[in-house]
Amino acid sequence: MHSVSYLQYIPLFPLLGALLCAVLGPRLKPAAVGALATVMVGASFAVSVAAFFEVRSGHQALQTVLYTWNALGGLTVDVGFLFDQLSAVMALVVTGVSTLIHLYSIGYIAHDRSPWRFFSYLNLFVFSMALLILGNNLLVMFVGWEGVGLCSYLLIGFWYDGWMKEPGGQRGMANSVAGMKAFVVNRIGDFGFLLAIFLIVVTFLPKVADGRVLDFAVLRALMEGGIPSGIGLGIITTICLLLFVGATGKSAQLPLYVWLPDAMAGPTPVSALIHAATMVTAGVYMVARMSFFYIQSPTAQLVVAGVGAATALFAATIGLVQRDIKKVLAYSTVSQLGYMFIGVGMCAYSAGVFHLTTHAFFKALLFLGAGSVIHGMHEEQDIYRMGGLKKYMPLTYWTFLVATIAIAGIWPFAGFFSKDEILWQAFNYHNEVFPEAGRVIWAVGLTGALLTAFYMFRLVALTFWGPERFHEVLHGKHPHESPWTMTLPLTVLAVLSFGAGWLAMPHIWGPNLFHHWLEPAVAALPPVGGHHSGPGLEWGLMILSMGIAGLGIASAMGFYRQDAPLPTRMKAAFPGLYRVLYQKYYVDELYDTAVIRPLVSVSRGFLWKFFDVNVIDGTVNGLASAVRLCGMALRRLQTGLVHTYAYFIVLGALAFVFYVMMMLSKGL
Amino acid sequence: MGAESFFFYLFGVIVLAGALGVVVMSNPVYSAISLVLCFFALAGEYVLLHAHFVAAAQVLVYAGAIMVLFLFVIMLMNPTPADAREAGGSALLGWLLGGLFFAAIFVALITARLPGSLPVRSEVSGYFGSVEQIGAELFTRYLWPFETAGVILLVGIVGVVVLARLHRKEG
Amino acid sequence: MSWLPELQHYVLLATALFFIGLIGVLTRRNAIVIFMSIELMLNAANLCFVAFSRYLGSPVGHLFSFMVMVVAACEVAVGLAIIVLIFRERRSVNVDDVNIMRW
Repeated sequence: MHSVSYLQYIPLFPLLGALLCAVLGPRLKPAAVGALATVMVGASFAVSVAAFFEVRSGHQALQTVLYTWNALGGLTVDVGFLFDQLSAVMALVVTGVSTLIHLYSIGYIAHDRSPWRFFSYLNLFVFSMALLILGNNLLVMFVGWEGVGLCSYLLIGFWYDGWMKEPGGQRGMANSVAGMKAFVVNRIGDFGFLLAIFLIVVTFLPKVADGRVLDFAVLRALMEGGIPSGIGLGIITTICLLLFVGATGKSAQLPLYVWLPDAMAGPTPVSALIHAATMVTAGVYMVARMSFFYIQSPTAQLVVAGVGAATALFAATIGLVQRDIKKVLAYSTVSQLGYMFIGVGMCAYSAGVFHLTTHAFFKALLFLGAGSVIHGMHEEQDIYRMGGLKKYMPLTYWTFLVATIAIAGIWPFAGFFSKDEILWQAFNYHNEVFPEAGRVIWAVGLTGALLTAFYMFRLVALTFWGPERFHEVLHGKHPHESPWTMTLPLTVLAVLSFGAGWLAMPHIWGPNLFHHWLEPAVAALPPVGGHHSGPGLEWGLMILSMGIAGLGIASAMGFYRQDAPLPTRMKAAFPGLYRVLYQKYYVDELYDTAVIRPLVSVSRGFLWKFFDVNVIDGTVNGLASAVRLCGMALRRLQTGLVHTYAYFIVLGALAFVFYVMMMLSKGL
Repeated sequence: MGAESFFFYLFGVIVLAGALGVVVMSNPVYSAISLVLCFFALAGEYVLLHAHFVAAAQVLVYAGAIMVLFLFVIMLMNPTPADAREAGGSALLGWLLGGLFFAAIFVALITARLPGSLPVRSEVSGYFGSVEQIGAELFTRYLWPFETAGVILLVGIVGVVVLARLHRKEG
Repeated sequence: MSWLPELQHYVLLATALFFIGLIGVLTRRNAIVIFMSIELMLNAANLCFVAFSRYLGSPVGHLFSFMVMVVAACEVAVGLAIIVLIFRERRSVNVDDVNIMRW
């Protein structure tokens, strides 16, 4: 561990930017505010790059400890930053993609009422995210974790007086309600995270001399040689599962994914940055960061990978039938996050984090492309009212297509390498608790890949190909291509979506640079003897997954080509299935009936009408009337007559004299 | 009984008699006159204590200035000599409390063992308590309290002027 | 006990003076007389100061009594001004007539 003195600038630049935008922003032109915010994040990116090269040349993690935050009862927590190989990947992805999205936002938000507010929140988000990924202990990480949640809330409700538009054209959920939903659902996850932190403190504090029990390095050293004596596997599993509860909230996994689709209420760059590329991957990062716990607990691995696989499939099926361009992408994000959790759940950390990286590129690109489409379509989001946009928005179309191929997993685009690595690891994964888990998860993942290819090409076909259906929406106008500040980030991200995959080649082709890079930062499972299969099998699986993706693409193109009647016929043939999928399995309705309504009625009937009114107000009012009664009694002492006061003075003096005499008689 | 003892008891009796006069006379003018008597006798006690400067100040400030002020105010108001409500129901309580207070101090003086014995009389030089000594102290070591006393007097004067002026405005 | 006055004699005299002043404050209703009684109590304190000064051989007590006189002079000036004002307002110097300080 090498100490340096500059890591704090990675979060501080965006913080400064947030403050400047908030204070000076209203007096500046929108473009100037945007430029300021972009430069601040760019500076943060530059520092990250410098730190990355120092890690690369020094082969060791960097650390900056600013000061001791608090030292309470044996527990010591520093404000410190850790820049190891894992943080480096995250920092580069986060600040890099953020810079591009800030640039994109300049054009996107230019005509808004308050661009400075937007950029201030956006910079604040980058600050919080940097805290999250750079914190050298769980508490700093938690501060960032909460900070990104707050920024997410602020940005989802950025247009706080607006509503989401349902595809039919009627009003959907209010933006502010969507923000609250995201915040509340996240709080449920955060509660698990907090409990995990408490449990770690309680469990490990006796084993740490200087009280820095929340430091990742300290915890990792403790877990280096297996679980320390005196601590049961059950406790480790509990810690892992509680942490994972936090991850399901932040990273939108079953059963807490419900907030992410509604988070699309926010401006599209926000969806790209926060709800696709960076914040929602925080859970994946956290599991990778705590890898030394997860490798000890097969049960936790099984839960993480299982939930990831279930989410991947579940969200993909919903994505098949959505009509809102951003909703499709939102469910796609949920599904892809599931893949990441499959990876990190099976302790294939480099595979999971690599998918995180490539996903950040191509999903940000997809969202920005969608933003460009929405911008060009004058805020229309229903893909059934688009079609044929290829002609009008060529750059957007081509970059969008690159991202789509990447997410579908076609060689040689980035998504192929990352997804294939996860599936390969799943195929080889061995779990003591449930030996067949790897194969099951592999099969689920493969099915998910088929669905992914299908719904993504459905999206492209309905949006960019086929007949033009937008005339009634645009009233004779034509969609237009976006300005260069919006298309430049698209281009850069398209290049990354295309080329980033080569960093992690399958090992039968060449070196997996990404895996080697990440190796020092994450724990690894001990190799299981004789389990790895030969290159023939790997080739076979690779071709199989390519074939599956190709099948998905081909069927989508067949289905949605030139308004083919097939989708309508399918819809008519399975109306129940269609409705269930389109209504997202009625999960929101289920939560509403099972959780929200009972909670609300208990809160209203008991907590408010009885407890608050009688007990709390009763206590407060009772105290007040007790004070008033005492005052009524004491008021009689205040006669307003000088003599009364004189009597009291004399009484006091007398008491004092007697006190002194008593002391004197005792000989002082 | 030497001269000093004689004068101590003489002045002491006059002091207490004057004080009692202040308290029991129903006419404030008599009270004021009796207060002058008391102050003069106190000045005598001060002389016995070698406090010549304080004795002079006592006569000048108290028996002179302050008493003139009292008499002026009494004259200004021309109050009714006897107030029917003068002896209130709480007078008894007053005597009780005051008596307790006195008894406490008295008992303390007679019986209490103070830390170390009380200082006994010793001869002092003629310089002690003279205007010269007090002046030297006031203008050197105690200059700050002395100046503060000046400020207090000034504030008193300003306060009185303001009070008087306010009244004229209302009128 | 010899007849020669010692410190406790002076303190006793001062206590008696204070006691009489106290009784005056507590029992009289005439504001001016109450003021005079307060002056008595202040003088009792002065007597103590001077007596201790004499028996300790230090002039500080004299200075203290000097300060007390200054404060007493101010107090009398301001206090009597207030009494005059009250008298003009209410045509009375009876303290029982003045109870507007009550809440």
